[in-house]
Order: sequence, then structure tokens, then C-alpha cells
Amino acid sequence: MATVKDFRNDIRPNWCPGCGDFSVQASIQRALASLGKEPHEVALISGIGCSGRISGYVNTYGFHGVHGRALPTAQGVKLANRDLTVLASGGDGDGFGIGLNHFMHAVRRNMDITYIVMDNRIYGLTKGQTSPTSAHGFTAKTTPSGNIEEGLVPTQVALSAGIGFLAQGFSSDVNQLVGLIEQAIQYKGFSLVNVYSPCVTYNKINTYDYFRDNIFNLDKVEGYDPTDFLAAQRAITEHDGLVTGLIYRNDNKVAYEDQIPGYQETPISQADLQVSDDIFTAALREYA
Amino acid sequence: MLDQLSWKVGGQQGEGVESTGETFAVALNRQGYYVYSFRHFSSRIKGGHSNDKVRVSLKRFRASNDYTDVLLAFDQESIDLNVGEVRQGGIVIADEKFKPTAPDHVRLFVVPLTKIAEESGSAIMKNMVSLGASACALGLPVDIFTEVIEERFRRKGQKVVDQNMEAIQRGYDYMKDLGGADPELALKPADGTRRYFMMGNDALGLGALAAGVRVMPAYPITPASDVMEYLIKKLPKVGGVVVQTEDEIAAMTMTIGANYGGARALTCTSGPGLSLMMEAIGLSGMTETPTVIIDTQRGGPSTGLPTKQEQSDYLAALFGTHGEIPKIVLTPATPEECFYVVGDAFNLAEQYQCPVIIMTDLQLSLSKQSTDALDNKAVKIDRGLIATSEEAAANQASGEFKRYAFTESGVSPRIFPGTPGGIHKVTGNEHFENGRPAEPAGNRQKMMDKRLGKLAHVELEGSVVRTGDENPDVVIVGIGANVGAITEASEMLRADGYKVAHAQLHAILPFPVQMLQDAIHDGKKVVVVENNATGQIKHLMNFFGVSHPDVQSLLKYDGQPFLPSEIHAKIKGMF
Repeated sequence: MATVKDFRNDIRPNWCPGCGDFSVQASIQRALASLGKEPHEVALISGIGCSGRISGYVNTYGFHGVHGRALPTAQGVKLANRDLTVLASGGDGDGFGIGLNHFMHAVRRNMDITYIVMDNRIYGLTKGQTSPTSAHGFTAKTTPSGNIEEGLVPTQVALSAGIGFLAQGFSSDVNQLVGLIEQAIQYKGFSLVNVYSPCVTYNKINTYDYFRDNIFNLDKVEGYDPTDFLAAQRAITEHDGLVTGLIYRNDNKVAYEDQIPGYQETPISQADLQVSDDIFTAALREYA
Repeated sequence: MLDQLSWKVGGQQGEGVESTGETFAVALNRQGYYVYSFRHFSSRIKGGHSNDKVRVSLKRFRASNDYTDVLLAFDQESIDLNVGEVRQGGIVIADEKFKPTAPDHVRLFVVPLTKIAEESGSAIMKNMVSLGASACALGLPVDIFTEVIEERFRRKGQKVVDQNMEAIQRGYDYMKDLGGADPELALKPADGTRRYFMMGNDALGLGALAAGVRVMPAYPITPASDVMEYLIKKLPKVGGVVVQTEDEIAAMTMTIGANYGGARALTCTSGPGLSLMMEAIGLSGMTETPTVIIDTQRGGPSTGLPTKQEQSDYLAALFGTHGEIPKIVLTPATPEECFYVVGDAFNLAEQYQCPVIIMTDLQLSLSKQSTDALDNKAVKIDRGLIATSEEAAANQASGEFKRYAFTESGVSPRIFPGTPGGIHKVTGNEHFENGRPAEPAGNRQKMMDKRLGKLAHVELEGSVVRTGDENPDVVIVGIGANVGAITEASEMLRADGYKVAHAQLHAILPFPVQMLQDAIHDGKKVVVVENNATGQIKHLMNFFGVSHPDVQSLLKYDGQPFLPSEIHAKIKGMF
């Protein structure tokens, strides 16, 4: 059986020392190992940005595509091979800026994919511009006199779109994060783990200390019921989205793959592609 | 008796114009006539004039023509807009309900279409009454409709079938009493050969089924949506799936993901969607992930003329993506070619590991026409180089699987995710042989040469098909649906005493420089016929270095397809 070591490779991430993304990388590796996955059974599809590089840093099949499109790419991979464990990953700009449309629709579609977002509330790889999750008033190169747009709250958006599994973590709490990623992968349907993953180089406002001081950990709330939609809604609203833990889980949803008419158990990637003469002849006859 | 005739039905969009035309066309196709239909419609659901013109003949034509023998009008607007093309002495059949009037050059037959339909059971059957009246005018027996009517209405019960047949018979009888049977309009009998009747989009859908397409992510757009709607019905029978995506960017990237994942996945769009797909088409080229995109061209730019004919996406398809990638662009001209081109496109995409764009145009995509039998067995599935698990294991002994190994052909074996021993990285960044991002100059140049080298010096078999006379006065270069009008115009020019050849382009990337050069070299004059304003194919000939001292453009960009007579007159005027 594969161990954490088997999910590591020899590539040194190009992240800055202290970047929150290192913890996310380690958490994914630990979660996959503890779930008993083999590296070749996993495909990690990522977007563009510092965090998008993660598909190169975990020893699984990896696809680093175009900016903002990790989710549709990942859904394509899943459709071709439903046996694969498909993870999609990227940053807040990738997922909630250029890719927000795809995020909302991936939630609606509900394929069995786990989406892990490294949310640092800034564009890092392009050297420090305001992001869609940056708060109102946030100053950065593109908002020198303060952000006049409101920051997007990913958990709120996800819940509104009808997500079946919603969790949020923080790079400083790896043990919690590993558990959340494990549960997300086990969930049969689309799951989001949004991770506050501080950028130590460009974001001097939303620092490790900022998150430590402001995060409300739902795991410590006695009696919090993650299957209670209204409780989840309230928790997010009351804390301006700054909650961690398993926020919401709906066990009554059916994954997209399990609803496709005629979809087979055998992955399409292994299926015989030749169409039988019977099916073809019947199809052609409709044009007689 | 006639060798061919043209019949047209017109009315408000949504009042059965299309189904009337379809019933007429299918019935005649089953008699063994060649049938070519063209639909005039607007970007709206109900209301607005629409018409369906059906050309029936003893020999094959793949174009509409410039006159009409019989016009069937459901309203006065249909007469006003179309009577100009009804030939001298031609027939107009119109519903008594709107007190029709028509100019003197035609013979107007006023038939109480709606009234007879109501008496037969329902006003909706006025199209059946009109079919009966048409049959009478053309000297056709009403029983040519029996089979079609039975198939269409069987599910609604025998009574409905009988009512419809009665409506047809009564329309026939009424027309006969009016003296509307015209022996001069009678068609010579056909030989009864059974052919299919379909449009290019139908053939693309069937082609996708036969080519092993099992995933189709797509976003609805005119005139492409038929392909998607067809596969939504058919893919469940073979374990496949169509996903209606949120936009064309998602459609394209999902297609790439599915092909990377090991499926044969296809997307289908029109110009606006093609524009949105451009970045991802670059990703397909850079990551050497095979993909197939169908672009059914329509009037552009922007929303342009969404329901009208145009061929103006060629330059976009060839050059639209930023950066430089290998790419293949195929241009079928007939439904038969639309069927086989999908399998070819996938074989090429997987053989060369690059994006392949199949380009049709609205006329080819939507014009239903008599189509020869299509052969499932002739569609071969060749998935190109795919490493086995053993090869992957051997490869892995030296480290990671080298997905982008340098090879003599430039093509490196693929391996699908999920395969033990095949783990590798794919990235749209420049990369090393193992797929890891890489910036070194030497590697960059080698990788560019590897990718672009796959198609360097390649001319795909059959890229140019030359027919017609040797040492011609003119070589007509055509693409897409123009094949029909050019073929017919060539015959007209021959009748005038010119020697004519026709070079039809079936692929424009890799551009078939040598093949096209050979196809035009003996012509005194070359005329490039295309449905756009700037002469894109002629530009490409210049760009790629196809040379000839006398090359002229024949362009049309008013949204209408070329008519054979137009090409004839314009080329004649060039001498």
C-alpha cells in the first residue's frame, strides 16, 4: 500500500519560504495515503498561479492547464475515467475570478470531484494585485487607494449554488486540513475545500496572524450539525466567511455520473469504441 | 416532362413550413429522385417569413437554383417575397383564407387550404392539403406520401393517419378540379434508387458515433446545435455522454480533459464559440492532447448573421490561437464527407497528437440532401501511439514516464491516467520530456521543433480534389458547400465552350501547397469562390506560396449561398 512518501516527488516547489501552499501540498499527500489510494489512481488537475503549480508537486497524474479552467478540465477527465480519483486545485484568482463561472456550474453539475482552493486573497505570481476575495478597502498594486469592490466569500457562494460538501481550512492547522480533504474525497459528489493559505510576500494584511485571530473553528462548536443548511448559512454569515471545519454536507445528493442515462461502470477510457452494426444501421435508417 | 423542378413553401416561421418541406422532400427522395433543400429562416421562434426550397432532379445537384416552378404560399408575404423567382407560367398555390393576389407572369391557384383542413379534422393539416395540391400540379400520385405520413403519425393512431391522407387527397382533388394539373410540369419518373436524406449536421453526428466519440461537451449555438442534440439521443446507447456546458471555454477544456483521460471527445460550435475556444486550442497543441472541434460557420463577425451562410472563419481557425502550435483543419463539402471526416479527424488528432478543426458552413450543415449509403465498417479507429503498461514500466525504470520523449517523428507515446507505471506531468508551460515546466533555451527550441515538426512538410492525402478538363480556360477553386454551385456552373461554362476544371479543398492546414499548385498550374485563369468579403482562401494561397499569374476572387457575403447561375455569369464576365 502506498505511503505518504509515494505521493512525494523530487521537485522543489517554486513557492516562497513560508508560503501556506506547502501545508496544502502536504495535506493532500497525507490524505491520499491515509485513504489507501495508489498514486496512479489519482489525477490532480490545476489552474494557473502560484498554487496552480501543485499538480507538479504531488506524485500522481497531473495536468496543469489554462488559467481559470481547472474545473471543466477535471470534469472531462472524470467523464473519461470515472474510476480515477480526480482532484482540482488552484488559487482564489483562478477559481473565483476568471473561473467563477465554472465553479458555480461545477457545483450545480455535481460530479465526484474534490476542489481544493488555496485562498490568499491576492494575486501572487503576477506580483501582488487585488483578488476577488480581497476585502473592501484592501490596498495593493491595482487598488492603491483601497479596494472599492466587495470581497467575495467563497463559502457563501458555494452554499448558495447548492454545494453538497463544503469545508474550509487554514494552512496552519494541517491536522484539521488533512481530515477535511479526506472527507471531501470520500464524499460522492462535488466538494470544495477552501483553504486560507497566506501569501507571505505580497499580502501584508491577511497574514497568518490575521487568520489566527479572526478564524472561528466550527470543530470546536459543540453540537454544530453540518447537515443543517441554515446553521451553515448562519455560521458563514456571522463570521464573515472566516470559519474552518466541515461547514455543510448534504448526503441526499446523487453524483452526476450516477445520473447519466446509459453510462457504464466500465470507464470510457477502457471501452470498445467500435459501434455495432445493429446500432449504426438503426441510426442510419432514421434518414431513409 | 421535366428533368428537374424547384418547389418552394413559404409562410410564417412556426406554422409548419419546415415540416411541409420535409414531407415533400422525403417522399420524393424515396422515389429515387435527387433532392436538395435549403431553408431560409430567421433568428426567432415564431413569426417572420421563412421558406423551404426543394429542388428535385434526376441527376445530383448540391445547390439551390435561381427559379421556382411551384410556390406554395401560406400568406401574402410569401407571395410578395418569392414570386419574383417563380418562372414565367409557373404555379402559385395559395390559401383562399388571405385572398391572395399574384402578378400576371404566374398562374395563381387559390385553394381553401385551411377550410379543407378543418373539414378533414384540424386546421393544422393545411400543409397536407397543400401537399396534395402540389402533387396534382406536378403530376405525382398522392400515394408517394402514404409511407411518410404513416411513419410520422403512426404513434398518434390510425385515425390521424387517415385524416392526413384524406387532407392530401382532397387537396389533390380540389387542384384537379381547378385544372391545376400541368403535364408540362410533370417530372420524368425516377429509377427508385434508395438514398438517405440528411443534412451535414446529421452526417457529422453519425460520423461521431462511428468514430468512437463517447464524450461531447458543448454549448448550444446555431447552426451547430443539431450535432449536440443528436448525440444526446445516441450516446446513451453506447455508454457515452453529452454535457451541456456553461460556455464554450468550458466545452473546449472539458473536451481536452476527456481526451487526456482516454476518451475520444469532441466539441461542436460556430464562429463566436470558436473565438472563445482559442486559448484552450493552444493548450491542446502545447500539451499534445488530441482534440477535435467542429466549427459550423455562419455569418460573422460578432453575432453577425446567425442563421445565414458564410465562410469567414478560415483565418481564425488557422491563426486564431496565440503562440505557435501544430494543427489540422479539414473542410468537408458534402454530407457523405461530413460522415467520414469525423473518423479521419480523430485518427489524425491521435496520430499527430494535436487539435483538429473540422469546418463546415451553414449551407452544408443545414441543407438536407440526398445522401449515399454510409458505411460504418469503413470507419477505422486508429488511436496512434499509446504506451502499454509494460512499456511504461520499462520507461519508468529510468525515472518518470517521458510523455514528451524526443522521437524521430516528433510523436511520443501517450498513456492514460489510471495506468500503473505511467505517472507523468502535463503542463501548458514549456516543459521537459517528462512534462515538468522548463525554461532553458535549448530545451525550448527542441520542444518547439518537436511539436511543429510533426506536421512540417505534411500534405494530407486528398486535401485537393481536381476534376474536369485538362488545360482548362479556368480552374475554379472551391471549399465547403460551394462544391455544388461550382460543379453546376462548370457545366454551364462548358456549354458556352469553355474548358473548366474544379479544384476542391478538403484540408487547408497543413496547407496543401504542392497539391494545389499542381491542381491549378495548367489553367489559363484561376477563380477562387468563397462566401466571405476578403478572399480568405485566396490570401492563404498567397501566404503559403501557391502561385499563378491570374488568380481572381469570386466573393459573396450577403448571407446567401452561391447560385450556380451567379458563378456562371461572373466567371463568364471575366473572359
